[in-house]
Amino acid sequence: MNKSMIDLTPLTRATRWHPAELAFWLLPVAGYFLLQDNLVLLTQIAITALFCLSLDLILGFAGIVSLGHTAFFGIGAYAAGLMAAHGHGDPLLGLLVAGICAGIAGFISSLLVLRGADLTRLMVTLGVAMMLYELANKLTPITGGVDGLQGMEIQPLFGSFAFDMFGKTAYWYAVGVLFVMFVIARRLVHSPFGLSLKGIRQNVGRMPAIGAPVNARLAAVYTLGALYAGIAGALLAQTTQFVALDVLSFNRSAELLLILVLGGSGCLYGALIGTIVFMTAHHFLSDMNPEYWQFWLGLLLVLIVLFARDGVMGGVRRLGALGKGGAKA
Amino acid sequence: MTVIFDGIASGMLLFLISVGLSVTLGLMNFVNLAHGAFAMFGGFVAVTLLNRAGIPFLAALPLAAIGTALLGVLFERTLYRRLYAATHLDQVLFSIGLVFMSIAGAHYLFGPQQQPLTLPGFLQGQINLPGLDMGVYRLFLIVLGLAIAFGLQKMVSGTRFGAQLRASVDNPRTARGMGINVDRIFTLTFALGTGLAGLGGALGVEMLGLDPGFPVKYIVYFLIVVAVGGSGNITGSLIAALILGVFDVAGKYYVPQAGAFVIYAVMVAMLIFRPQGLFGRKAAR
Amino acid sequence: MTYALQTTSLVKKFGGFVATSKVSLNVEAGARHALIGPNGAGKTTLINLLTGFLEPTSGEVILNGDKVTHLAQHQRVKRGLARTFQINRLFADLTVLESVVMAVNERLGLGARFWQSVGSHTAAVDEAVELLERLRLLDVAHETTRNLAYGKQRLIEIALALAAKPSVLLLDEPAAGVPTIESRELFETIAGLPREVTILLIEHDMDLVFRFADRISVLVGGAVLTEGTPEVIAHDPKVKEVYLGEAICD
Repeated sequence: MNKSMIDLTPLTRATRWHPAELAFWLLPVAGYFLLQDNLVLLTQIAITALFCLSLDLILGFAGIVSLGHTAFFGIGAYAAGLMAAHGHGDPLLGLLVAGICAGIAGFISSLLVLRGADLTRLMVTLGVAMMLYELANKLTPITGGVDGLQGMEIQPLFGSFAFDMFGKTAYWYAVGVLFVMFVIARRLVHSPFGLSLKGIRQNVGRMPAIGAPVNARLAAVYTLGALYAGIAGALLAQTTQFVALDVLSFNRSAELLLILVLGGSGCLYGALIGTIVFMTAHHFLSDMNPEYWQFWLGLLLVLIVLFARDGVMGGVRRLGALGKGGAKA
Repeated sequence: MTVIFDGIASGMLLFLISVGLSVTLGLMNFVNLAHGAFAMFGGFVAVTLLNRAGIPFLAALPLAAIGTALLGVLFERTLYRRLYAATHLDQVLFSIGLVFMSIAGAHYLFGPQQQPLTLPGFLQGQINLPGLDMGVYRLFLIVLGLAIAFGLQKMVSGTRFGAQLRASVDNPRTARGMGINVDRIFTLTFALGTGLAGLGGALGVEMLGLDPGFPVKYIVYFLIVVAVGGSGNITGSLIAALILGVFDVAGKYYVPQAGAFVIYAVMVAMLIFRPQGLFGRKAAR
Repeated sequence: MTYALQTTSLVKKFGGFVATSKVSLNVEAGARHALIGPNGAGKTTLINLLTGFLEPTSGEVILNGDKVTHLAQHQRVKRGLARTFQINRLFADLTVLESVVMAVNERLGLGARFWQSVGSHTAAVDEAVELLERLRLLDVAHETTRNLAYGKQRLIEIALALAAKPSVLLLDEPAAGVPTIESRELFETIAGLPREVTILLIEHDMDLVFRFADRISVLVGGAVLTEGTPEVIAHDPKVKEVYLGEAICD
């Protein structure tokens, strides 16, 4: 075999959009027309999906275990909320500032987080998130404390689409931002940078020996994940015009981990599908009683860890492999 | 002085609860975030025995510890054992799942309110010295804490069980080859850790309160003790818990606006400069 | 005489244990230099000191005339010091081509590119393909690494190191775990590397060492016992003693 005979399409195949992906992105359009009464829920799903995508970048692709990812979500929410409450209500400007604030916080904390092994990382991420929670809790004059941050005025999107009471603008806004951020993440995953992240996750000890600066790469993706989370937080603040202290709570970090492993980490669509499944289940089940819901949530986590570690996307992949195997035989 | 005394007492309580976590985390290398749930279980056992069955406080304490230890054995045998070799992430997710279930379960059985607990007469009241008011119960906690710390240290470093445990952790395969029943050692250790949590939970009802939110509310404190003390290090945990208790009480007393922020900041700073903990050996992994 | 790689009284202590004791090693540019010694002689520690996985307690590591003692591993790779591992350390779920492209990307400084796809960086891909052709790995280019036989995986180890275009290549028992016939082939491949690549080889198989090396250093108890051409080493009574002693112990 000589080198002119080699087929290089496997390297570029993944960058092309698969028909199933296009079909997936028709879902939000269909959702708009079919579920007009549930636009608020659909908006929440889009926002959580973006948040989950951000955790997928740092946990699924870079392998950094975080118990406090909500820190960046909260920073973004408060940043956008405070801007809107003080007269800078342009939504896109708010997103930008929130993303930058969270990104800076992410970069700074990456310096701390990357120093230790798994266990230290868990504690540092948790500690940072708890610190911010306490800070937001105590700085009542600025954040509103437990009562939440209110009094935001969000200006119309692009100066012409006002945020209406039916949540139509909010919905398209959230879905649009999610889509753009997803496309960026998708490019990233298939780039040399994304490849090096895969390398780090598969064999972190080997990477320095091929000349890769592991910590710089991890810091970069951690910062980016924080920026994504900040934008998701900003979206929540802007579309609900309210920031609850709960955006920084431990429960939210834990829930997000659950969503990601439910969908399947290390796969962009895993984050999205996990969110859809989880939020839909939440919507129908939590009507019963919030406490019971938490019980089922816990049980689900335990079962996933014990029996279905690769989540929904893992199941899909296994089905796919089964189909291929059947075709060969 | 009184602030320091109260701080030491609350630190001792933290030590009693956290030392079990230090054992499972440091010696068995299992990230058990559900540790607080076991402590809560001990608390509920004690409260139920006291209030419904009328069993005296001092008898309820060991029963709470034993009851929690038995629960620990049950869980270790059926669930935890499967995850010893799993990644820390899996252990975290699994134990968070348990935490959620325990919160919901406590809600269902006991309702959302704080559980009342009346101490027996001889543990109430104060001893007043010049410049120092010592609560009798707090003094009781301090004495009990010191006794348990001493006993544990002796047990891990001085007994056959301790030696077998250290051997099992360092190299399970060799330990098995030498005829040590590693599975049994791990079960016993886990039972010890959860039993201590149960005891601490029962003792803590008076000072920390007891409601379904307990496992999440205090898990950070327990983790701080382990992180700062160096996991698996009993003396380290004791000192870390005392420092934490004093800082916490003093912080809440002198700068109530800052709340728990100080403690979290101290922990993060601590982890940055001494990732192995104040008294840690090189990481045990 | 120019040296590609030198150490000057390199010392590494772990607590009270001296793993490396005043090792001064001089590897000439273009040499085929072998490092031998009985088990526990400190070969692996020395490699770790050379590549930057460990920092020495004292002494210097000099690469092509520059002190690199305190540089991180990846910085030394950038300066032309690459290595292979005694036990394969590969990327189990990447294909062979992806692995090598990734390594080439790092050398070309493309590793942080995050917008264009891997496949569109054609210079890197072409170079990786060429490297695979040289190591006769083209037919398995799209195989996932974990599905390959150990001998093939050994070649990927070498491909990853060569992707760094090293001026000095450290081979840590490249034939370990490979059947004898395949190890011959492996050494033919290694022997066929261009002469400007300096090679420091650690190997247990004395046959291979004496056939391949033009210079040998013998490491015993963390210190250099002796150094010389293969003929000198072969007839050195001290060396014989060390190896005979080991044989008796076994």
